[in-house]
Amino acid sequence: MSQYYSELSEKVTAKLAPIEAISATVAHGELTIEVSKENLIAVCEILKDDSELAFDTVVDVCGVDYSSYGVATNSGDSKSSAAKKIPSRYASVCHLLSVTNNHRIRLRTWLDNDFPVVDSIVGLWGGANWFEREAFDMLGILYSGHPDLRRILTDYGFIGHPLRKDFPLVGQVEMRYDANKQRVVYEPVTLEERVNIPRVIVADNRYAERELAARAQEAAEAQEASVQKESGDKA
Amino acid sequence: MSEIQNYTLNFGPQHPAAHGVLRLVLELDGEVIQRADPHVGLLHRGTEKLAESRIYNQSIGYMDRLDYVSMMCNEHAYCMTIEKLLDIEVPERAQYIRVMFDEITRILNHLMWLGTHALDVGAMTMFLYCFREREDLMDAYEAVSGARMHASYYRPGGVYRDLPDSMPQYEASQWHNQKEVNELNKNRQGSLLDFLKDFTSRFETYVDEYEILLTENRIWKQRTVDIGCLTEQQAKDLSMTGPMLRASGVAWDLRKMEPYEVYDKLDFDIPVGTNGDCYDRYVVRMEEMRQSNRIISQCIEWLQNNPGPVMHEDHKLTIPERMDMKQDMEGLIHHFKHFTEGYMVPEGEAYCGVEHPKGEFGTYIVSDGANKPYRLKIRAPGFAHLSAMDFLVKGHMLADVVTVIGTLDIVFGEIDR
Repeated sequence: MSQYYSELSEKVTAKLAPIEAISATVAHGELTIEVSKENLIAVCEILKDDSELAFDTVVDVCGVDYSSYGVATNSGDSKSSAAKKIPSRYASVCHLLSVTNNHRIRLRTWLDNDFPVVDSIVGLWGGANWFEREAFDMLGILYSGHPDLRRILTDYGFIGHPLRKDFPLVGQVEMRYDANKQRVVYEPVTLEERVNIPRVIVADNRYAERELAARAQEAAEAQEASVQKESGDKA
Repeated sequence: MSEIQNYTLNFGPQHPAAHGVLRLVLELDGEVIQRADPHVGLLHRGTEKLAESRIYNQSIGYMDRLDYVSMMCNEHAYCMTIEKLLDIEVPERAQYIRVMFDEITRILNHLMWLGTHALDVGAMTMFLYCFREREDLMDAYEAVSGARMHASYYRPGGVYRDLPDSMPQYEASQWHNQKEVNELNKNRQGSLLDFLKDFTSRFETYVDEYEILLTENRIWKQRTVDIGCLTEQQAKDLSMTGPMLRASGVAWDLRKMEPYEVYDKLDFDIPVGTNGDCYDRYVVRMEEMRQSNRIISQCIEWLQNNPGPVMHEDHKLTIPERMDMKQDMEGLIHHFKHFTEGYMVPEGEAYCGVEHPKGEFGTYIVSDGANKPYRLKIRAPGFAHLSAMDFLVKGHMLADVVTVIGTLDIVFGEIDR
């Protein structure tokens, strides 16, 4: 599986090279590429139209807010080493699937911290329409060129973007029926947020070993492949 | 001559054919739909936000409540994603149990869909027949997990416990005397597997009964043939998966294309439609029930002959046996850690999809190495299907809207999340 995706990763990198040098990673048998937001549409066009790639279906589009990535109660205010890799606050993540060729890809686009905006891919895959509306509703990511960028899941007249990390879990308003006013009224929330189990990050050596082993194996495989290639070339 | 204008009709959210809380704003020209604008979110509970504040295992229960007619399949996708991040293997017996219950869930879901779809279109009887069979499968759920619907039975690393040796029994009451109760309990004398074996032997005939009522029925055909057509290209473009895509002639099924658990060891076929209309989707789903029945009987066969563990052995990640917890110090520590802190999932991200009865149900988890997911995104098939509503009903009559809603097989638990 990951063998196939390593090959696919090379293929994708080569095909996208004229547009930009993308960074591609293969982990857990999944291919992830990171694309700059300026080139997203151009990249998607190639991914869709190239017959070897032929990503004909969009499985999912979602936003991620990385602002508290790697922050845990046991780490104090200092972010873990993981957090240092995060270039900006928001990312729009898009999962594509090729029904024709049976493979998948994940595209991540990093967005600005204070005005997250990215080109919409609805023009290429109609199915992305509601997924982008949801990402806008939940995280406030703007998709420019989207035909109908309204809120979708939250209430009519809702304020804020609930999946942002600075949005409280209990929300900001609660509503009830007011018998005197004969209508529903909104009031500031009275619930208190309660954390029963704190969020902790503990370094686990078992995974470190596993990662090292996997890396060593990958390196060995790559070396073997290159040796084979060389011997093939010589022959 | 007076000018006739389009008018707008509000459909739902309390309409019985709206399958829950769908609000549709329809723009009509006479009786022909010009535009349909579904308003969703009336059942939004913020599952994704809640999951971010809970340790991994606490969210399994929320998964049941997403698509509340195919509970275990939702759990399956969630557990598989965590297993992928943890990089652990599930014992083979647990894999068979999961596959068996996935297929039971598929039958449960399709029966619910068939009953309500036929009811919407006007065939009342179907609903009663379908719910009769659902009862037996619900009992299987109950026997294995203690709950008839919201099972929370799957765990990362396996399933919560092995299959039970006995079935719950009916008891005599003022409505049923002992003789009637004995009759009802007849097929519940053995284990759960015996009970399911009895069910699988009967179920094929039941599907025949449904087909006698509907497949060649003239009214049924008039209401469903050539309604809501999707070509192969359109279906792919609109992110259709599952039966919605297969009815358009694409043999795409994750159980075959990306075999997970033990699906590659089982023998079953993938039904495919030709026209991509509501009738084809009906035929595809009917055949899927028969195929699920086949898979269940193969699983029963295997499970009866192969006892073994049903949970991953690394108790850093899974709950230890009750006796270990009582007698073994390490077991006690594991148990304590498991319930006060949970387990850490290594940093990374993974997406895992399963062939849910409705389509591809997937979860995308971003982990920063903590005991809670950093971000959980649920990819619900119904959400993508409902977004095609406008495309599907444009140019159809008002009455066909109900047929299309039925054929989409939507459940608001998963669409609104």
